[in-house]
Amino acid sequence: MIPFQISGSEEVFISGRNIPHIDPHLTLWEFPISLYLFLGGLSAGILFFSAVVHLINKEDEFKGAAKWAPIVVPFALSIGLLALVYDLGNPFYSWRLYTTIRLESPMSWGAWVLLIVTPLSILWVMTYIRELFPVIKYENYKMPFLYKVEELAVKYKKYMALALLPLTIILGIYTGILLSAFNARPLWNNAILGPLFLVSGLSTAAATIILFAKSHHERQWFSKIDILLIVIEIGLIIHLIMGYYAGNEMQIEALDVLMNGEFTTMFFGLLVVLGLLVPLILEVFELAGFKVPVIIPAILILIGGLIFRILMVEAGQLSRILY
Amino acid sequence: MRYAMVIDTLKCVGCSDCVVACQTENDVPHGYCRDWVTESVIGTYPEVEIELRSERCNHCDNTPCVRTCPTAASHVIEGGIVLVDRDLCIGCGACIESCPYDARYRHPEWGTVDKCTFCVHRVHKGQDPACVSVCPTNCMYFGDIDDANSEVSKLIAVRKYKTLAPEAGTKPQIYYLI
Ligand code: SF4
Ligand code: SF4
Repeated sequence: MIPFQISGSEEVFISGRNIPHIDPHLTLWEFPISLYLFLGGLSAGILFFSAVVHLINKEDEFKGAAKWAPIVVPFALSIGLLALVYDLGNPFYSWRLYTTIRLESPMSWGAWVLLIVTPLSILWVMTYIRELFPVIKYENYKMPFLYKVEELAVKYKKYMALALLPLTIILGIYTGILLSAFNARPLWNNAILGPLFLVSGLSTAAATIILFAKSHHERQWFSKIDILLIVIEIGLIIHLIMGYYAGNEMQIEALDVLMNGEFTTMFFGLLVVLGLLVPLILEVFELAGFKVPVIIPAILILIGGLIFRILMVEAGQLSRILY
Repeated sequence: MRYAMVIDTLKCVGCSDCVVACQTENDVPHGYCRDWVTESVIGTYPEVEIELRSERCNHCDNTPCVRTCPTAASHVIEGGIVLVDRDLCIGCGACIESCPYDARYRHPEWGTVDKCTFCVHRVHKGQDPACVSVCPTNCMYFGDIDDANSEVSKLIAVRKYKTLAPEAGTKPQIYYLI
């Protein structure tokens, strides 16, 4: 008689359940959530840089960061919010997010932060939009009261900038914490995800500012900032991977989805190589004096940022607590 | 007062009557289920051990699903039963992502989240949940685990039991006799 052996023998697990979007693994949160996280992080980063440039009185030196890039933000945030609402099962009741504040729920406080940052971003852009586009005349749209709003916004711009610094950092971190708060999904349940998404968001923001930069000087500055951010981001990703390898069985299995599974090509090929290393090398070359069309690294970084969110949202739902 | 369920995996034959009873009792949409039967086979023939488990929401003591809900639609009522208020739920799915047992789903028509309620409507009338009451082998027990004289308390006092994924920290309240 063969002795009963647990180790080395197989455990076969059969579940009679097959619920749409739940089995064989979660596919509940899809592209709209990734897009929402991406646009949230991008907007937070752009506003952060813009506020800093305003506070250090360098608006003329860094016009792209101070004035041009932030024009994107109200649109990005609106599209992000629409994507979130679109992904809700019961979208017509989304106002219920605002009938209560639940600090324990990142979904709740994130929604509140967005409710504050979105109008602030509009006011921020209003402080200078007529200077950039003199054709805008509010009386033509029968909204002359907007001059009054603009006047107030200009008067309190410094306070807005001071408020934006913490708010944008919170928003940037939130895009990671929304995922890391779920202990049930081992790939997400990691304290690094908040800072990692913040840095990644700042890096996509720097890339956007490079696209909008109005001088070679500004472009160079933001290339330098971006290089620093990419290096930090790569460091954090390595840190994340090492942490998982040193982790328990559940974490090792979760990491396998990225390192050794259906998302591996996307992770290494699209994110690490095309989204981080190639733009890093191109930006370093550019600083070293080689002629590199800056649009290429900037766009690669933006695409890489979006792919990173898609990857984490989808791969995270493949990871689970084993029992 | 703390409602809990004790399920004897040694008596379960995997007939899935509990699944059908729940679907009928609670108008569960076609293709969905609030409880389900899993089967794990350990070992190599002829030395195999089969464990059959009827699973559902564990009505956890420490509820990540309630914590992550932005609208307070997911809530705990007297007796520890975890419910979703359909009038508050926006269907964001945060609770689904946070449940280690994947015990929740989005209702295909309502868009709100649905799950096992311990048949609270029956419990309030003094009846057992539908799954418990139909089980042909009587392998499920329902009752107040805070009461030392209840059947559920007595069973886990004398029998060997386990809960699912206790390491998730959820303090699940379905006890499996093994
Ligand atoms: S089993 Fe899942 S849905 Fe039920 S109480 Fe626990 S965490 Fe919440
Ligand atoms: S889907 Fe409904 S019950 Fe679940 S977290 Fe969102 S609002 Fe709460």
